[in-house]
Amino acid sequence: MTISTRLNALWEYANPRKFLATTERVLPVLWLLTAVTLIGGLVWGFFFTPDDFRQGSTVKIIYVHVPSAFLATSAWFMMLVTSLVWLIRRHHVSALASRAAAPIGAVMTMIALITGAIWGQPMWGTWWEWDPRLTSFLVLFLFYLGYIALWEAIEDPDTAADLTSVLCLVGSVFAVLSRYAVYFWNQGLHQGASVLRAGAVTGADTTEKVSNVYAYPLLLSMVGFFLLFVALVFYRTGTEIRARRIKALLARERVNG
Amino acid sequence: MIALLKRDLVLALRAGGGFGLGLAFFLIVTVLVPFSVGPQSALLASIAPGVLWLGALLACLLSLDRLLALDWEDGTLDLLATAPLPLESVVTIKALAHWLTTGLPLVLAAPVLGVLLNLPGPGFLWLVVSLALGTPALSVIGTFGAALTVGLKRGGLLLSLLVLPLYMPTLIYGAEVARRGAEGMTLATPLMMLAGISAAVIALLPFASAAVLRVNLR
Amino acid sequence: MTLTVTDLAIARGGVPVIEGLSFALEPGRALILRGPNGAGKTTLLRTLAGLQPPLSGRIEGAEDRIAYAGHSDGLKPTLSVTENLRFWASVFGGRDIGPALTAFHLDDLADRHAGNLSAGQKRRLGLSRLLVTGRPIWMLDEPTVSLDREAVAMFAAAVRAHLGQGGSALIATHIDLGLEGEVLDVGPYKARPSLDSDFDGGFL
Repeated sequence: MTISTRLNALWEYANPRKFLATTERVLPVLWLLTAVTLIGGLVWGFFFTPDDFRQGSTVKIIYVHVPSAFLATSAWFMMLVTSLVWLIRRHHVSALASRAAAPIGAVMTMIALITGAIWGQPMWGTWWEWDPRLTSFLVLFLFYLGYIALWEAIEDPDTAADLTSVLCLVGSVFAVLSRYAVYFWNQGLHQGASVLRAGAVTGADTTEKVSNVYAYPLLLSMVGFFLLFVALVFYRTGTEIRARRIKALLARERVNG
Repeated sequence: MIALLKRDLVLALRAGGGFGLGLAFFLIVTVLVPFSVGPQSALLASIAPGVLWLGALLACLLSLDRLLALDWEDGTLDLLATAPLPLESVVTIKALAHWLTTGLPLVLAAPVLGVLLNLPGPGFLWLVVSLALGTPALSVIGTFGAALTVGLKRGGLLLSLLVLPLYMPTLIYGAEVARRGAEGMTLATPLMMLAGISAAVIALLPFASAAVLRVNLR
Repeated sequence: MTLTVTDLAIARGGVPVIEGLSFALEPGRALILRGPNGAGKTTLLRTLAGLQPPLSGRIEGAEDRIAYAGHSDGLKPTLSVTENLRFWASVFGGRDIGPALTAFHLDDLADRHAGNLSAGQKRRLGLSRLLVTGRPIWMLDEPTVSLDREAVAMFAAAVRAHLGQGGSALIATHIDLGLEGEVLDVGPYKARPSLDSDFDGGFL
């Protein structure tokens, strides 16, 4: 099978019924995998890793903080892609998936912010610091709020999908701009992204790396968070599709009656 | 196009609110600041550039919900959409009219309000320069927000929620230019970033504004 | 040039209202749209004017040739009658507004603010806008609302003059304007929801 036919096969899932049928079959397995990896990663991380010699057991908040921060940005990126798909190919499922992902992304952003504050307290001696990373996440949270509010405010679903998609595109550009602006505005205390750097896991990296003892359970809980996100998006998109279906049925009823 | 600009300016003048309201708001916010933080002149001097930028930004925001809503309610937008004028130029002209009636008066009034807040001498020039460069971007971004929310009944609050995060980069660089100017530091980098954001926003965002306006007119 | 509509289907708020509509509007002709409330007359006019896309079907000869007049007239209360009209004239290429004022007996009101006009006078001003657009196809949605009998006659005369100059008009109205034009009843084209339609992206 060539790549293009593979891609064409992917578009089949743009059909709401096909999407529902497939996700209904996949979801139970997905929930199970999520539970195993998430619980496994967190339990391993919380109870079977040593305390850090400087940070003590505080370091273990990393198992929630880093995965949620990773998903907060990934969710927005996913919304950007699905918004583009809606604008270009007009697949309803794509628009509904953006809508379904937004609150999840917002909650992830909030978790990242709160765990960041809790972690920052013993580390930097303050709950909140206008550190560029924390600030960027706060800005991202505001973008999520605006996006969700716009979806909720518009009645006609296609109009709402169009407007929120454009907002997502424009917002993405401004979110990147804000990020650079914030870094320019205040160089911070936060350590750089040290988990996903290639050298970090192999241990060949700088002193700021997350050492192996912490890295493996961290990777596992990141996989867990990721699976949780995918499962929630599937589940919520399914709900949105059913709500849309009810709307369409009611509209047809009105026209008939 | 000039006819549309002329009409919008005349409307702003006759309706009264256009020039006056934003300016009055700017003045009141500036006057309230010393009441809230105390009258120490050193403190006021150090926060003056930021406060003046924030005041100008909020004053810009104030008139946004009327920018397109009036033309929407009386059917003018429908008629303009069927006119030979592309909607991209319509929204650009609207933004320009908004800047001329709101942004420009704020730029001109800012030095006077700077005196009230004890802005250091070298800061005046850079405050005006930064506002002159930044407020056009605020008007264009605001027009995008107004186009997004034009069909909504309670669009005003939502408009603020959508527009304020988009204002962030402009505010950061603009206030930074004004602050560094007041403290006599080098300010080439934020100045160029501010000018770049304004230029890019003016060039590109009208396409997005026209697109969402078309969706809303459907 | 003739306005040709072929197998048009249109939707209001995502629900199809008219389907399978075909007609042709030749220069010098008027077409009166009839149909019960909610039949989709306004939606049809808005679609033809290019304000919303059709669900399917073809519209030919409409691009940049339509002067649309909807329920609201786009008048600014703080501008005078002349200023309002001159604005639209310059948007549509700067025609003289004199004939338009005369045709709708607005000369005496020329310097009045539009906000001080009565509903009927406002409507006359809104309709006089059609004359300054210079567009050949008029699309009018209930143009005679709040007009008295005299003003209706004024309006009918303006339409007749427009047709005489080779223009055409599509008018949704319930009043007999005394125009010699065909009547198009959109009732029979009411969209029939069917199980196999792929409306709403196959949600059904």
